[in-house]
Amino acid sequence: MLRVEALTKRYKTGDKALTDVSFDVPSGQVVGLIGPSGAGKSTLIRCVNRLVEPSSGKVFLGDREITRVGRGELRRVRRRIGMIFQEYALVERLTVMENVLSGRLGYVPFWRSFLRRFPQGDVDKAFALLDRVGLSDHVDKRADALSGGQRQRVGIARALEQDPELLLVDEPTASLDPKTSRQIMRLICEICRERGLPAIINIHDVLLAKMFVDRIVGLRAGRIVFDGPPDALDEEALTAIYGSEDWNAMRKEADETAKDAAEAADFEARAQAGAA
Amino acid sequence: MSASAPGASAPAARGRRWKRPPIFIQRGWLRLVVYGGFVLYLALAISTVEVNWSRVAEGMERGWRFVQGFLTPDFTSRSTDIVKGFVESLTMTLTSTVAGVILSIPIGVGAARNIAPLPVYAVCRAIVAVSRSFQEIIIAILFVAMFGFGPFAGFLTLTFATIGFMAKLLAEDIEDIDEGQAEAMRATGASWWQVLNWGIQPQVLPRLVGLSMYRLDINFRESAVIGIVGAGGIGATLNVAMDRYEYDTAAAVLLLIILIVMAAEYSSSWLRKRIQ
Amino acid sequence: MPVSHLADRPIWTRRTTRQQFAAYAGWLALVALTIFAFQVMTRDTIWFFVQDAPRQAGDLLDRAWPPRWSYLDRLWAPLWDTLNIATLGTLLGILIAVPVAFLAARNTTPSLAFARPIALLIIVASRSINSLIWALLLVAIIGPGLLAGIIAIGLRSIGFIGKLLYEAIEEIDESQVEAVKATGARGSQVIDYAIVPQILPTFAGISVFRWDINIRESAVLGLVGAGGIGVQLNSSLARLAWSEVTVIFIVILATVVVSEWVSAKVRGAII
Repeated sequence: MLRVEALTKRYKTGDKALTDVSFDVPSGQVVGLIGPSGAGKSTLIRCVNRLVEPSSGKVFLGDREITRVGRGELRRVRRRIGMIFQEYALVERLTVMENVLSGRLGYVPFWRSFLRRFPQGDVDKAFALLDRVGLSDHVDKRADALSGGQRQRVGIARALEQDPELLLVDEPTASLDPKTSRQIMRLICEICRERGLPAIINIHDVLLAKMFVDRIVGLRAGRIVFDGPPDALDEEALTAIYGSEDWNAMRKEADETAKDAAEAADFEARAQAGAA
Repeated sequence: MSASAPGASAPAARGRRWKRPPIFIQRGWLRLVVYGGFVLYLALAISTVEVNWSRVAEGMERGWRFVQGFLTPDFTSRSTDIVKGFVESLTMTLTSTVAGVILSIPIGVGAARNIAPLPVYAVCRAIVAVSRSFQEIIIAILFVAMFGFGPFAGFLTLTFATIGFMAKLLAEDIEDIDEGQAEAMRATGASWWQVLNWGIQPQVLPRLVGLSMYRLDINFRESAVIGIVGAGGIGATLNVAMDRYEYDTAAAVLLLIILIVMAAEYSSSWLRKRIQ
Repeated sequence: MPVSHLADRPIWTRRTTRQQFAAYAGWLALVALTIFAFQVMTRDTIWFFVQDAPRQAGDLLDRAWPPRWSYLDRLWAPLWDTLNIATLGTLLGILIAVPVAFLAARNTTPSLAFARPIALLIIVASRSINSLIWALLLVAIIGPGLLAGIIAIGLRSIGFIGKLLYEAIEEIDESQVEAVKATGARGSQVIDYAIVPQILPTFAGISVFRWDINIRESAVLGLVGAGGIGVQLNSSLARLAWSEVTVIFIVILATVVVSEWVSAKVRGAII
């Protein structure tokens, strides 16, 4: 479904964010993308819909090469790819419904979107989606009147309103409390399975990832260092990704790594206690 | 919040309409009255504008000459008038800003409710209100009538206007300070003057400098106007040039004004960076 | 280092000697420059007139009081004109300022090298020149009347609204823009859905604020023939009819107070 070939991204400052990244995502698979902060997770998923222009390499959606299309065609490709953001990225001053309908912008002409006169089919779908994510009562509220979890639900509905063939999810739980985080992850993964929708979920919480996804890809300093099922993600693999012993090379990420490693150890201890 | 299991949610009713809620005024009849009233007013207002189109058509030719004047400004043939005008404007600007700022400090302190006793506060606020209510040009008319033509009347006008402007903003700044710092000074047994010097002055001084620079800029721009009513400055030169239909000289004056304002803006932002 | 040692005891001063010296030199230069400027400025001042000022003021007051209230009847039409100049001029300014602001904002401009500098130049030129001077030019070009006043107010408003608006556009939250782009929206839709909602309250506030300022400015435009109550003021001044001038001042003051109240109310309702 999605194929990434030898993707490389070098920023103007000379920093290399991604080096020779290749992987496939077959239909219906939910992939968790993990790695320390600064490893290039965000850059990678933004290269897929070209919110960040890759320096070299190819990205295919089906048999269409995204990295080659022109501006008009890029819009038509983007509307096939739904995206969910870290800080929700809702348009705060628009209503919930307008935010969801903004998922249709790639499909309707400007006058329709300007007058907020979307085809009835789009409105039906938006109501159904809001119902699905549990926000039927908040249709005409402004987005900035909602709680964090509710906002992310709006973000999910907006992405699904696009009728996407692929979902890109950027740290969906980074600004949520643990309980809401799980609810949101569960909701995203359930919806993906209902619809056979492939997804790349960029997530820093290893345990949450292991709990919900079909496959894990580990990034470190812009390279893929792990690719396999969640069960295969053992201590050795975690070391390869987070490099908990290699302090010198990773000085920048040291803090983050320590925190993640501690979290991982803590969870594993609890999981074992629970199993016993 | 139910993260609803699949199939648990009722299917949304098809064909449910959606309209965006109004942005500014929620009550329907009030919105109609306000918008309708505004449109009616606009129609009335436009209908009372009488335009002498033949005069305007005739003016197009002059307008074109004026544009040509901008392309070939004439700095030389009236150079003594231009130099005299700018010398008056610039000296007026500097002296009135310095005098205005010095006078505005006691008035601004007096107009701050948190440190001034009520009678002082009332008097200072009254001075501020009088100074701010009238346009510079109106004050200039009065001062010219009292003190005779020339830049001295202009100096008094700008000083008077500066007092109102600076004192108001200074008073608001003092009212907005962090009370804790003044409190701490009082707690050491400091007198009223010492509190002012140690607890309040450090907090408002940087902004006072910034505002003074801003007022310098405003005073220069105003100095170009009050010459029209005889209070000296470049405005008089400009007025005379327009009366004589010397558009190229007028264009030269205008270009110089724009240049000086730009230079003042750049240097004041540079100075502000240096001070902070 | 502000701590020096004298006979083994540290002496604290607020600044080093050099800093202190630089600060004194700066202040001294400012004072000297101001005195020099004052002397240059008043070279041609006739001090006799200045000494005479209190008497002149008394004389003026004598003639200005009591106000000739009957003159009020002839002020309603010019006042209505003044209001229209301010409102229509503000609308004209908004109409031009909005596209200029989008061209000037770093994140929406089509070209940083070309469109942005031009837009910034338009803004600074409009801001540098007072509406009264714009009116002076326009009256010479298209003749006296309301139209000159409206255009003058409009031209001056471009810089004010344009500057504040483009700064607001540059401060928007870019992640909302990114999200709308990611749905496949075209440029116009990104502006409509991601940028406009973010700047709308600021924009409304700026516009009402400028309208309030324009009321004050349009009251004096008549001094150069651009319509409104200033025309009456000019003729009364020319006839030295100070009791009429007083009435005009009172009317202007009342209008300013009312417009300031309206603008504060509207801005309060928006934000």
